[in-house]
Amino acid sequence: MTDLTHMTLADARDALKAKKISAVELTDAHIAAVEAARSLGAYVLETPDQARMMAKASDDKISKGVAGPLEGIPLGIKDLYATKGVRTTACSHILANFVPQYESTVSSQLWRDGAVMLGKLSNDEFAMGSSNESSAFGPVASPWTPPNWSVEKAKSVLAGDKKGLLVPGGSSGGSASAVAAGLCLGATATDTGGSIRQPAAFTGTVGIKPTYGRCSRWGIVAFASSLDQAGPIARTVRDSAIMLRSMAGHDPKDTTSVDRDVPDYEAAIGRSVKGMKIGIPKEYRVDGMSAEIDALWTKGADMLRAAGAEIVEISLPHTKYALPAYYIVAPAEASSNLARYDGVRYGLRVPGKDITDMYEKTRAAGFGPEVRRRIMIGTYVLSAGYYDAYYVRAQQIRTLIKQDFEKAYAAGVDAVLTPATPSPAFGIGEKGGADPVEMYLNDVFTVTVNMAGLPGLAVPAGLSSDGLPLGLQLVGRPFDEETLFSLGEVIEQAAGRTKLPEAWWV
Amino acid sequence: MNAIVDTRTLDPKKLIKGATGDWEVIIGLEIHAQVTSHAKLFSGASAEYGGEPNAHVSLVDAAMPGMLPVINEECVAQAIRTGLGLKAEINLRSVFDRKNYFYPDLPQGYQISQYKSPIVGEGEVIVDLPESGGQITVGIERLHLEQDAGKSLHDQSPSLSFVDLNRSGVALMEIVSKPDMRSSEEARAYVTKLRTILRYLGTCDGNMDEGSLRADVNVSVRRPGEGFGTRCEIKNVNSIRFMGQAIEYEARRQIGVLEDGGKIDQETRLYDASKGETRSMRSKEEAHDYRYFPDPDLLPLEFTQDYVNELASHLPELPDDKKARFIKDYGLTAYDAGVLIAEQDQANYYEAVANGRDGKMAANWVINELFGRLNKEGKDVSTSPVSAAQLGAIVDLITENVISGKLAKDLFEIIWTEGGDPRQVVETRGMKQVTDTGAIEKAIDAVIAANPDKVAQAQAKPTMIGWFVGMVMKETGGKANPQVVNDLLKAKLGI
Repeated sequence: MTDLTHMTLADARDALKAKKISAVELTDAHIAAVEAARSLGAYVLETPDQARMMAKASDDKISKGVAGPLEGIPLGIKDLYATKGVRTTACSHILANFVPQYESTVSSQLWRDGAVMLGKLSNDEFAMGSSNESSAFGPVASPWTPPNWSVEKAKSVLAGDKKGLLVPGGSSGGSASAVAAGLCLGATATDTGGSIRQPAAFTGTVGIKPTYGRCSRWGIVAFASSLDQAGPIARTVRDSAIMLRSMAGHDPKDTTSVDRDVPDYEAAIGRSVKGMKIGIPKEYRVDGMSAEIDALWTKGADMLRAAGAEIVEISLPHTKYALPAYYIVAPAEASSNLARYDGVRYGLRVPGKDITDMYEKTRAAGFGPEVRRRIMIGTYVLSAGYYDAYYVRAQQIRTLIKQDFEKAYAAGVDAVLTPATPSPAFGIGEKGGADPVEMYLNDVFTVTVNMAGLPGLAVPAGLSSDGLPLGLQLVGRPFDEETLFSLGEVIEQAAGRTKLPEAWWV
Repeated sequence: MNAIVDTRTLDPKKLIKGATGDWEVIIGLEIHAQVTSHAKLFSGASAEYGGEPNAHVSLVDAAMPGMLPVINEECVAQAIRTGLGLKAEINLRSVFDRKNYFYPDLPQGYQISQYKSPIVGEGEVIVDLPESGGQITVGIERLHLEQDAGKSLHDQSPSLSFVDLNRSGVALMEIVSKPDMRSSEEARAYVTKLRTILRYLGTCDGNMDEGSLRADVNVSVRRPGEGFGTRCEIKNVNSIRFMGQAIEYEARRQIGVLEDGGKIDQETRLYDASKGETRSMRSKEEAHDYRYFPDPDLLPLEFTQDYVNELASHLPELPDDKKARFIKDYGLTAYDAGVLIAEQDQANYYEAVANGRDGKMAANWVINELFGRLNKEGKDVSTSPVSAAQLGAIVDLITENVISGKLAKDLFEIIWTEGGDPRQVVETRGMKQVTDTGAIEKAIDAVIAANPDKVAQAQAKPTMIGWFVGMVMKETGGKANPQVVNDLLKAKLGI
């Protein structure tokens, strides 16, 4: 670990611009950190040669005075993003060795703006999971250690099966772990039901899922098309704002992306929140929520109040239906989106005695248990005779959830404050083994936001009594990410930036 | 879906005789018409026919991870034009759905189609029946846009199948008729008329050999007066003739089953043209559950009435309108007008000939002489050796009494084989009709002088004049104007 790998993205950017550091030395420091942290499992593919080449090009541009807004900034890319000429697998065996001939729109915008690619980051297989344990490359460890574990114990478990070490959350667990461990200055992520916000909350980092349609989905492996959105995970609110500006924008290749200007999100940092109305939805006080989370929530509201915001209780009455409806809509779309992985054109093929046998063997070998489960759920809910009872009703619930938020916003609420997760990070191997729903409950505060297509920001707000990071979620009006950045930074300042763990894994 | 309504009144002439009585056959058609467009429905790849296997394949067509469909506006416009040509309701909002099934030539694992909300609703097609005479109206249930699949090649290797994705993603219009046809002739005439309309509109080339037009044929039979029976669907029939044969066979098969006390199972069948029979492909139980749901990658397709109006204002004259105009403006019979408008370039050819001339005479020459000859030689108007200008000149020469009708046929033959300007040919070959009464009189006098007995006979029986006309024509080498000959003969013979 060096100072270079623990700078904020904003500071690194300014230092590069001022030529206090070079892109090459910044990148080299990160390459070294990534190599030393292989045991965490955050990166599934390192691209040091490409990184150095890009960094060198950045230094040239900086010296010529034609630097882009992210010039020389080393980033990690979630393995769901297609990267041209660089293996992209969505962390699934079925895409083992798949090398795209194309670059996703969002990552290409980052390269356009001068960013440097360090490699590909682990995620739950096809982004299905909340702990990164379903990655075909194995689980990813959080740089945070379980309470009362010695460094020796953590290191020895890390060298083995990682059981008991903390999950970084998921599905963007590699992104969150890498950002928290100083293995990149920021990372791309995706969020279908909470896959940016929950890992950010678990690792003491900041993540934003922008409004549906804000970022192009083109070139990002699809999980559930009507819910998937790209977004960044970074170490500060400002850093995530800087990244989102480069990632967002209209793409004619994605007709669900929205054609409207991308604001300078960074300019929203430090903007006064005085007079803003913050809704506290009573329905989010769910059964079994720990007193600690409840207290954090109250503390967050106090911080915003102290900054001049008005706190009001609101009702989002259909909240309790969101999780079950989500687990119909998302698997339904996934069952169809994943039909293309059939062994015919690319990726894994297991030969069979005829085409059906080949399909069955390929998909049985290629997909892990969680993906298979969701394909089966999705196939079932779309089947003749069940479609109306499940899929149609789930879509109706979705409309009601959206209307709940619309009513709150129409009543003058500027943003909604909720916990990001019902608990701090849990241990690898601890949850979901017998009952998958145990794992699904992680998303209880986040899925509503995807179902409504709204922007949601997760920001660290303190530590648990055990010393683990806890996050709060801010939910905004459609395309009002700026307000979330303004409010998020207030919480960040008031809570004090979370001190990320030392590199015990080296 | 609308309830199925029987729009037809029973026509006893169309019934099929079975062993135990009469049967009525009910036919409904689903036509897959490939949209004429440069690019595919949801990708920029070329929609051109042929090419090396997998030469027209984009990342979207190959269903690479993370690829997304983007609607091709031209295909939407073509579907609207077609809907307008079918006098159908245009839906300003429609939805694309995914039809899910696994097949190697379906890269996405689903076909993007329109299920509950198609772009075009109910319409109708007026169909003339050339063989049995009369006219029927066939209702259109709907038209929707969908992607074509690729092609599996099973003859390239002993153990493997290959896939060609050139067609994958090409835009199709599925045009669903109501069950309004009652004979194979009606079905053939409907497809022929539909193809004419599509070609006029320029929305589908209608080329069945290349698969641009394919039919799924729904056939059922019933006793006259009964409700609809159970139908079988014959898939992917790719010629109008085969479709007629398939319907005849299938109706007979169903009648046989029912008369033997059996029942018809709803199933999908294939027509084997080499054996001339249909055979079962899959039963209703084996039918796929397609798990239709709205494609989340595509927003609902919405456009304004102004957009539709704009397209409507640029539509070409449609076959029915053209036919009515030909009857009115050129004094044609409905039959002749129908023949001329069947193909747009035929109609254009005819109009070029008829323009400023006698429409009926022009129609006779185009239909009887030109089409007859083209047909015999396997050509069409686009490859005709006689141009509309040349044929028009021939018609002019007749009208101007420069040549007789008989000589005109010889002239047509010369132009067909040798080409040239008809007027000049007539001049140089001395084919000009003789209207000089002096020369004709001389010939008449010679014939009368040589045949005094015939003169007496003719005076007793005036129809004998035909014999004299023939003799005079012979004398003048066929160049005498027959009317002048006739008039002079009458005067000289005193009849």
